[in-house]
Amino acid sequence: MSVLVIAEHDNKNLKVFSLNTINAASKIDVDIHVLVAGHKCENVCKEIATIPLVKKVLHSDSVNYENYLAENLTPLVVKLANKYTHIIASANTFGKNFMPRVAALLDLSQVSDVIKINGPDNFVRPIYAGNAFATVKSNDKKKCITVRPTSFDPAPTSGGSAPIEKIDAVEVPNISKFIKKEETKSERPELGTARVVISGGRGMQSGDNFKLINAIADKLNAAVGASRAAVDAGYISNDHQVGQTGKVVVPDLYIAVGISGAIQHLAGMKESKIIVAINKDGEAPIFSIADYGLEADLFEALPQFLEELNKLNTIQK
Amino acid sequence: MKILVAVKRVIDYNVQIRVKEDGTGVHTDNVKMSTNPPDDNAVEEAVKLKESGKAKEVVAITIGEEKAQETVRKALAVGADRGIHVKADSYIEPLGVAKILKKVIEKEKPDIVFMGKQAIDDDCNQTGQMLSAMLGWPQGTFTSKIEVKDKSMLVTREVDEGLETLELNLPAIVTCDLRLNEPRYASLPNIMKAKKKPIEQLVAKDLGVDIANRIQQLKVEEPPKRKGGIKVANVAELVSKLKNEAKVI
Repeated sequence: MSVLVIAEHDNKNLKVFSLNTINAASKIDVDIHVLVAGHKCENVCKEIATIPLVKKVLHSDSVNYENYLAENLTPLVVKLANKYTHIIASANTFGKNFMPRVAALLDLSQVSDVIKINGPDNFVRPIYAGNAFATVKSNDKKKCITVRPTSFDPAPTSGGSAPIEKIDAVEVPNISKFIKKEETKSERPELGTARVVISGGRGMQSGDNFKLINAIADKLNAAVGASRAAVDAGYISNDHQVGQTGKVVVPDLYIAVGISGAIQHLAGMKESKIIVAINKDGEAPIFSIADYGLEADLFEALPQFLEELNKLNTIQK
Repeated sequence: MKILVAVKRVIDYNVQIRVKEDGTGVHTDNVKMSTNPPDDNAVEEAVKLKESGKAKEVVAITIGEEKAQETVRKALAVGADRGIHVKADSYIEPLGVAKILKKVIEKEKPDIVFMGKQAIDDDCNQTGQMLSAMLGWPQGTFTSKIEVKDKSMLVTREVDEGLETLELNLPAIVTCDLRLNEPRYASLPNIMKAKKKPIEQLVAKDLGVDIANRIQQLKVEEPPKRKGGIKVANVAELVSKLKNEAKVI
């Protein structure tokens, strides 16, 4: 057996979820190769070579791979696939976008969003927004898998020295073109990996009111999340959405503010270690999964929260 | 321009899912079923293209048991012109669904295929991408905005880092995010009119494609339950608990 991991990167650095995916791959077999398809991405290859779990880095450079167009990346992965029993990527918008294309061209049924690997063909995955866990056995000869990064620890990153092998780029179909990417720049930690997340929902009432959330996020070095209702209402951009079709987060502390707790939102945060809910509706479903619930008007509670946190710091000093 | 929209019948998004005691799946008897939510956005976008004069015909397709037709009927009631129901008595994996859709698309020759980005039952997020690869077409997944031109279209995709815009040659596959539009409700007169619109009947196993499932479901179980916590009286108590009990701040 051998496993091919498709690395996610920005041509400069490896995205951290690739480390979780490499660790997940190690639950299948020790023979792990990582494909870095990109443009001028030598640094990413060097980074991956130092990961002890990685046996070989495959580096394919082409301007066609610069923006990870699924149409362009797929033929390369399909060509490499014959040497591997498993092809793995993260179940985020990177892996979800191209992996089913690879599976379809290889006539394989993909196993999506795996949260536990019981063996080379036996996987656990959430269904119905995480309201049920299905244990499945793939009967395909080869497996295409996406894994939920937050369900696996990241692979250690130093001490390895895997060889880097150059792979020729393959012809691309030229049917799609990258136009632009609008990234939200933030000094705060990334939502997917932050130790603390504070999220706002419809109860925030406006985008401007998110400044109350931001102030606490800055204090706790937290990432800012949101429910779909808040994103739909235009209070905050889509990359903050936590939930069934947004991001799945598992921080040590998740603070849900003005979020009622629809099952679609719970699907994205209910594995968090400690959950705090602040909501003025005492009957809100979010309270049924919260470790600490505070029934209060968020517009009074959030400034007080910040004040209490400031006091704490004073005591610590 | 012709549009095909694929819709799926799923357990309604408001229903509390109950896992069967014997571990074979979830309860579906006497459970409210609806169109998969982002599939409603797919129908809406197709109908909008028709209303703007860009599209001439909108065809809605579903694959599933007899009652799956309700989803096509609903699409017809909000403005689709005709329907196709591919009858299948049991669950078909996205790979098989994509093969069936490909077969129909080769006959219908649409310029754009819309569908939801993910079905909220199996949460696979595969069908659109698989179909697009099989057809050799470009894809716009997780799409929250489109702009149709003569021979191409612009799609804005919701990705982890923010928004990404791609230009896709037509024909193309678009998988829709819930933010693509606001699906309309069907009016009573339109619901009545929809009853007269044609729905072509096909049978999945007669289409000559391999739809055998490759993934065996060994068991379905409830996720570990979270223990209910406590209510705190005020912010000071909350901060104290987080600091001294949970030790997370």
